[in-house]
Amino acid sequence: MSLKRKDLLGMADLSVEEIQLILQTADSFKEVSGRDIKKVPTLRGKTVVNLFFEPSTRTRTSFELAAKRLSADVINFAASTSSVVKGETLLDTASNIEAMQADFIVLRHPSPGAPGILARSLRASVVNAGDGSHEHPTQALLDLFTLREKKREFKGLCLVIVGDIAHSRVARSNISALVKLGAEVRVAGPPTMMPRHIEELGVRVFFNLDEALKGADVIMMLRLQIERQGIALFPSIREYSRIYGLTPERLRLAERDVLVMHPGPINRGVEISPEVADSGASVILDQVTNGVAIRMAVLYLLSAGR
Amino acid sequence: MSTTAAQSLLIRHGLVIDPGRINEQADLLIRDGKIAAVGKDLPATQRVDVLDATGLWVLPGFVDLHVHLREPGFEYQETIQTGTAAAAAGGFTSICCMPNTLPVNDSKSITEFILDRAKSEGLVRVYPIGAITKRSEGKELSEYAELKDAGCVAVSDDGKPVMHGMVMRRALEYARTFDLPVVDHCECLHLSEGGVAHEGLVATELGLHGMPSAAEDVMVARNLELAELTGSKLHLAHLSTAGSTRMVREAKTRGVSVTAEACPHHFMLTEEAVREFNTNAKMNPPLRARRDVEAIRAALKDGTIDAIATDHAPHAVYEKQREFEFAPFGIVGLETALGLSLSLVEEGILTVEEVIRLLTSGPAKAFGLPRGTLAVGSDADIAVVDPVAQWVVDPEQFKSKGRNTPFGGWKLKGRVVKTFVGGKMVYQV
Repeated sequence: MSLKRKDLLGMADLSVEEIQLILQTADSFKEVSGRDIKKVPTLRGKTVVNLFFEPSTRTRTSFELAAKRLSADVINFAASTSSVVKGETLLDTASNIEAMQADFIVLRHPSPGAPGILARSLRASVVNAGDGSHEHPTQALLDLFTLREKKREFKGLCLVIVGDIAHSRVARSNISALVKLGAEVRVAGPPTMMPRHIEELGVRVFFNLDEALKGADVIMMLRLQIERQGIALFPSIREYSRIYGLTPERLRLAERDVLVMHPGPINRGVEISPEVADSGASVILDQVTNGVAIRMAVLYLLSAGR
Repeated sequence: MSTTAAQSLLIRHGLVIDPGRINEQADLLIRDGKIAAVGKDLPATQRVDVLDATGLWVLPGFVDLHVHLREPGFEYQETIQTGTAAAAAGGFTSICCMPNTLPVNDSKSITEFILDRAKSEGLVRVYPIGAITKRSEGKELSEYAELKDAGCVAVSDDGKPVMHGMVMRRALEYARTFDLPVVDHCECLHLSEGGVAHEGLVATELGLHGMPSAAEDVMVARNLELAELTGSKLHLAHLSTAGSTRMVREAKTRGVSVTAEACPHHFMLTEEAVREFNTNAKMNPPLRARRDVEAIRAALKDGTIDAIATDHAPHAVYEKQREFEFAPFGIVGLETALGLSLSLVEEGILTVEEVIRLLTSGPAKAFGLPRGTLAVGSDADIAVVDPVAQWVVDPEQFKSKGRNTPFGGWKLKGRVVKTFVGGKMVYQV
C-alpha cells in the first residue's frame, strides 16, 4: 500500500482513506521505535533534507529520527547559515539541494504555501513541516494517532481547540482532519484571535472558554505565540492566562476522561497551568513519541508511492 | 490598409457603436487623421482606401485611466514601447500612466521624458498622471501647475494611499485650481497591515494575512467627505467592495463630484482564485467575495462606476514565482480587458453599449480627455472588433512584457482586429 501522491502539503488535500492508511502504517513503525535496535532498512540509500527556515527543535529532531530509523541519510539545512541570507530565492535554494540528489525535502517555512512552490517544481517529495499559519500536517497526524490510541473513535468525539486560532497552522490542519473524520470541533479564544468565516469550516466558535469546555472529550491547547504579537491581540499575558489558561478548575468542566493535548513547546503558567500539563489527563509526551512513528510512516508511504 | 495621416480610409459596413450617438450599420470615413464622416453608403472615391468591416464593430478607441508603463526605472517589467503595443492590441488608443516610476513622476522633467518617449516609440496616446505628493511620500504636495503645463491630466500617489487626512484635503483643494482630478487608491494601511489577500474564507483557510474590505471602505468614506467639503474632483481607483459602491452611489446622488473605476478582475474573479496560492491572483485591492463582485457589477450597470480600467501592472516572471507573501501585487490587463468586459454582456449583466461606454466616453469624461468618441471632427482613434471571434488567452503571445495574468487559458469572445490612432493603424491581429 502507498499514498498515490508525491508530496504531503496539508491535511486539506488528504482523503479519510489516506489518513487511515497513514495511521495504520504508523502503528507498525511505533513498534520499531520500541525495539532495542530502533532501525529498519526501508529507506536505505535515500537522502532526506530538513530545510528549515524557522527555528524548530522538536519537529526537526522528530523528522531526523524518523529518517534515521528508516536508514535514510539526513542533512539538516538551517536557513540562517545558508545562502538565503545572500538573497537566493526559495526555489533556487531548493533546486540546488535537489541537484545533490535529495529524495525528500522536509520544509519548514514562515510563508503559507511555500512547500507547494517546491512540490510543483521539484522531483523530490516535499513534506510540509509547517508553513506559516497554513498547515502542519504531520502535527495533525500525530495528534490523530494519539487520539486514536486513547479514544479509539473519531466520530462523535468532542474536541476543543483553544488559543490563537488565526495564526495557528496546527489548528488549521487539525480542523481540516477532524471535521473530515466526523468529530465535533469547537474553537475557543478571543475574537482578536479568531479568523473570519472559520465557522464555515464546520467548527463552533466560543469566546468563553468555560462554555466551550462543557462536555469536551479532548482539549487541544495552542501555544501562545508571544513572539508574534504586533499590535497586541490581548492586553497582557496575565489577562490572557486568567481568561483562556487551562487550570485544574476549568479541566473539571470537561468530561471526566478528558485528554489534554498541546503541540509544544508549552508556556507553563500561560496557556496551561503546570498542574494540568503534568496531570494524568495530559498526553503531551505521548504526542511527541508518536510524532516519530507518524513521520516514519509518511516518509515510507511517499517513497512507496513514487 | 495602413494609412498615413494625409490619406483617407473608408471603413464600410461595420456596426458603428458610439454610445449615446450611434449604434447602427454605417460607414466611417477617416481623412487627415480625423473622422470626416459617419453615415450610410458613403461614396468610395478612387483616392480612398476601403476596409470592409462587415460583421465587425467599429468603436471609439478605448481609454484606460489606470496603467503602469514602468518606464523610467523598471524597463525590465515594461517599457513605453511594449506597454503601448499591449494597449493597441487591446483596442486602447489612450492610456493614463501612473507616476510610480523611478524616479516618481512628480516633476515636469519626468512628465516630459514620458511624453517624449511616447512620441518616439509609443503606439497610442499616453497621458501621464503626476504624483499628489513629492516622491509619493504623502507629505508635501507636488507642483501641480508645472505638472499640468507639462501634460499631466490628473494626480495620484498610485498604490500609496494618501493616509494623512489634511494632506488629502489640501491636495483636493489645490488641484481644483487646475481642474485636475485627484485619484486615490483607497486603503487604510493600518487596517490592511501585513495583508496579502482579501480577509475572507479563503485567506482563513490558507493562513494568509487578510486585508479587510473595511480598509477600503473607511478611506472611500473619508475621501467622499473631503470631496464634498472641498468641491474638488475626486476619482476613486479600482473599487473592489460592496461598501465602496454603496457609498459612491449615495455620494453621487447628493451631487458630490466623484468618479470611479473598476477593473475586470474585480468583476470576473473572487477570492477563490487565490487558492493554490496563485500569485497571479494577488493584487491590491485583493480579489474579494462573491457579494462584492455582484456589487461591482451592479455599480457598472447603474452608472455608479464610470469606467472600466485595467490597473495594468506588469511584473517579471521570476518576481511572481515566489512565496505568495513576497510576490508583488498586480496583473497585466490591457490585452484581456475587452474580452472580459464583454463576458458581462454574455452573462446578461450589461448591454454592449454599456460596456463600450465604460471603455470609452466614461473614462474620457472622468479625466476630461477629448477622447472616446466617433464625433465628426475628432481624431480618428478607432478600435475595430470582431464580436464573435473566440480566442484563448495565451500570455506568451502578449505584446506586454508581463505574463502575469490569472486569465491564461480562458476562452474569451470578442477580439480587437485593428486599432487606429489618429487614422494610423497601430495594430492588426
